[in-house]
Parts: sequence; C-alpha cells; structure tokens
Amino acid sequence: MADPTDLTLLEAAAALRAGELSSRDLTQACLDAIAVHNPALHAFLAVTPDLALQLAGQADRKLAEWRKSRAGTLPAVHGIPMAIKDVLCLEGVPTTCGSKILEGFRPPYTATSVRRLIEHGAVILGKTNTDEFAMGSSTENSAYGPTHNPWDPDRVPGGSSGGSAAAVAARLCYAALGTDTGGSVRQPAAFCGVTGLKTSYGRVSRYGLIAYGSSLDTVGALAVSAADLVPIFAAIAGHDPLDSTSMPDPVPTVDLVSASVTGLRLGVPDEYFIAGMQVEVESAVRAAIDVFTDLGAEIVEISLPHTDLALPVYYLIAPAEASANLARYDGIRYGPRLQDPDLLETYFATRGALFGAEVKRRIMLGTYALSAGYFEAYYGQAQKVRTLIKGDFETAFNQVDLIACPVTPTTAFPIGAHGDDPLSMYLEDVFTLPANLAGVPGITFPVGFDELGLPIAMQLNAPHLAEPRLLQAAHAYQGATHWHKERPPR
Amino acid sequence: MAITLEEVRHIALLARLRLTEDEEARYTDQLSAILEYAARLGEVDTSAVPPTASVLPLQAPLRPDSVRPSTPTSIILANAAASQEGMFRVPPVLEENE
Repeated sequence: MADPTDLTLLEAAAALRAGELSSRDLTQACLDAIAVHNPALHAFLAVTPDLALQLAGQADRKLAEWRKSRAGTLPAVHGIPMAIKDVLCLEGVPTTCGSKILEGFRPPYTATSVRRLIEHGAVILGKTNTDEFAMGSSTENSAYGPTHNPWDPDRVPGGSSGGSAAAVAARLCYAALGTDTGGSVRQPAAFCGVTGLKTSYGRVSRYGLIAYGSSLDTVGALAVSAADLVPIFAAIAGHDPLDSTSMPDPVPTVDLVSASVTGLRLGVPDEYFIAGMQVEVESAVRAAIDVFTDLGAEIVEISLPHTDLALPVYYLIAPAEASANLARYDGIRYGPRLQDPDLLETYFATRGALFGAEVKRRIMLGTYALSAGYFEAYYGQAQKVRTLIKGDFETAFNQVDLIACPVTPTTAFPIGAHGDDPLSMYLEDVFTLPANLAGVPGITFPVGFDELGLPIAMQLNAPHLAEPRLLQAAHAYQGATHWHKERPPR
Repeated sequence: MAITLEEVRHIALLARLRLTEDEEARYTDQLSAILEYAARLGEVDTSAVPPTASVLPLQAPLRPDSVRPSTPTSIILANAAASQEGMFRVPPVLEENE
C-alpha cells in the first residue's frame, strides 16, 4: 500500500471499510508526516499522539465489529485523523488561541463541534496555529510564530485558520476545523489550495469556541475537496442547547450523487472585480465561471452595491465585540498573571504584556467605537450599514441561487509583506467580510495557479442555511476539473 | 477624524491595557488611519435604516429552571494563577485597616 496520506478523506474511509487500512495506520501515517514536516511548516501548535492513537484504537474496534455484522452504517469521518484550530476547546488539551495570555490553559470541557466529530468516530491529531484570537489574515499574529505556506515557505498560509489550511494542504491530516469571522476559513483555504466551508451563522454550535466577534463567528472546515467536507458538515451542524445562537432548523442531507448545476442561476457581482487585483486571479475566476456555464449554470450579472462599505463596517463591529469578549482575560481565572501590588495594576500589567500588538489594536479600536460620545457615530452607524449589506444579499438571492466571486485580490503574499501597516492587511479581507456581515455561508475551492505556482481560488455564497447547494455546486466543479488534486511539493 | 495621544491613553485606561510610550505613539497613528478610513460610513444616509445586531431571527430561548450538575470548583480553579480555600486568590483591592 502506498502512503496513506496520499488518500483523500473519502478514499481513506473506503479503505477502512474494506479492511485495507486501520485507523491506527492512518493516524500513525499522519503523526509521522507531522513529525517530518511540522518543524518547517509550524501548522500545529500542539500534537496529541496519545489521544489520537487511543481514539484510533476505539475506531478500529468499532470497525471490526461493523465488518462482522455489517449492521447500519458508520459515519464517513469514522476513524479519520483530523486537526482542530486552537480556538476550539478540547478538554484537558492546551488551548491557547495563539496567545500568551492563555498559555498553559487546559479547558475543562470540549467544544460541541469537536465533541460531535469525536462522537462520529473522528481521530483528533492536535491543535493548529492561528492568528492570536483569530485576529489576522496571515497567521503572522500568532504569539507562537507564523505558519508557512506549503506551496512556498516564504509566504503566509493566510489566516486566521492558517495552521488548519497548511496542515490539510501538506497532507498532515485529512481535514481540519477552522473558524471564520471575516474570512478566516475561506482566505487560508484559498492561499493553500484546499477547499474551505464557512457555515451559515447559527448553523454550527459555538459552545467551546473561544469568542472573538460574537455576531460574526462561525465554525467551518477545510479538506481537499467538497465531497470530503460533506461528512464533516453532517457531523458538526445542527442545534445545540448549549449555544443559544444555534438554529433549531433541521440539517438536510447533502446528496452529491445527483449534484448538478444545470439550470442553477449563478450571480456574478461586478463589485468583486476591483482595480488593482492580481490579473491572474481575475482571469482564473472568470475561467472557473465559464466552467459552470459549460456545466449548465446560467450566469447573471448582479450588483452588491454596498460591498465597499463592508470593510469599515467589519473593522468597527468585530473590534467592538472583541473588546467586550476579551475583557475576561485578566490573569485571574486562567492564563499567566503578571502580579503588581494591587488588583487594577495586575490587570494593566497582565493584559498589556500578554496580548499581542494586533489584539491590543483591536481592543483599543473597539473600546473607542463603544465609548461615550463615539458610540452612535461608529458602532451604531456600522450596525445600520450592516443592514444595507445584508439587504444586498437578500436582493441578490431573489434573482440568483448562488453568488460566484473571487476570495482574495491576490495569491499568498510573502511573510512580512504588510509589516506594521494594519490597514493594508485588513484590505486582504475585502471579498470575504460581506458574507460574515450578512451571516450567509460560503465555500472556496482551487481554480488555478498564478505564474509563481501559487494557488488561486474562487468563492461561492448561498442564502442562509443553504450549505448543501454550495457543497453540491463545488462538487460539480471539482468533478470537471483537477485543480483540487494538485499538491504542494514535499 | 484623527485620534489624539490623550485619547489613546484614555482608551488604554478603559481597556485595562498598559502600553509603552512607543505603543501609544504607534496606536495614535494607526487608529487615526483606520478611523479616517471608516469615516466614509458617515456619508451613508441611514436615517431610515434599522441597526443589525444579529442576523438571526431568533429570540432568546427558555429552558426549564431545573437543578443540574455543574463543573466542580476544583476543576475551574485548576486554571487559575492562584487560588486558596476554593476561591480565586487576587492581589488586594482595599488597603489594610480600611
């Protein structure tokens, strides 16, 4: 048998059922690949070999029983090694959010999304690197050092789920969970040449997801293909009584057998093809839209007129919510403490020293936007313009079934390219922020390479809770193209 | 609309962040640039637009008010920098003899 890490998630699942490989084989192959490649990539902050092999052993015992009885079906993720972004809690396993302020924190409980994966038989390999508290577009804001892009180690993997994206691209795991507050699943998936799903706001429980921007945070997943994402979506989606923002709506089964885009109306927003974007990105996305036409989709030109306001709206609302959510880190209940003679000075010392530059910047910005005298002009106005952006999507989805657009203006940029210029880094998110503000789902998948050999991706957005349509359309595209099968050099 | 060094110091106080002089200067410049960029929102007429606080139509759900087990104190305190007698131990808030 060849290297098990060459298989896709669904191929590995088939090999498990056929008895050709065990979950222990898959898990050991991933652990070996992590040992070889993680020192250079820095995709994982923590590897949990004991837990992984224990879960693999359980999965193999259940598989052996199943092969004898053939009773019922096992979930496709059963026995499959996966990684989780280090903003999701796993009981007893260090969870840092890429921050020094949570160094050594061992959560007393497991996030619902992670627990559901484990209950479906998945094997957890470890925790992946992230921009501190998921604030960033490059993973350079991790207090533990950046992750490197497997396609070019001098370039960023994107962020904030950059560790998850790099781990999947380098085949260190079959899939990974990420989170998406302003593009943090989709943009790193694009930069690393993998497929990324941002779920609808409210679709996946956020219990045990350490909060950043509460009206925007979503849990998503990254894998090689849309087909590989389907069983992960099935495992993690659905109501959770422990998250009052999780929707009670039933989760439909995603049928890929009959997946087709024939007759589907694909809206292409003019506002997403901006001056200054990399020419190869625009041409690859337009070529991908042509593939959808060939597959039978109808292309409709649409307008999302408030698109250029998404960036200022996001960078007021998200920091405002972050400033409130991050008030809890004060050195008292978890994380290290820098003790000064009194309590107030202890707060100042601990927070000042242990939060990184970008987190402090957003706490400052959010505190300002919420402060007396500025609340209406900034936070209040941003919430109103958010209504207009959400309205753009509602109007568009009266005309079309899906929106097709680029994910990023450029391919992966070099580490250090944005230096100490936060606004230029924020502009990286220009095509991903609107979906979070509107709460709609999105999927990104590879559609080509630039002349440096870096992956290019496109994005589809669908109405709220219409993830099946996204997965089916991406699957149809991937059935007709080979881009998602390309792998970075090892 | 630029932000002043004094405002940055005031916000840092509200946010419980001890900043170095270098950080104060940098955040004054950077927050000014970001807020100037955000000023374009002020040009949008939103007089008839309601704010969006959440994209969901959900109302806060209710659950029965029943007694359930909760996480033991010892597990919660295990992550604290300092604890004593089942409580978080913190530096003094009040002066002695007050």
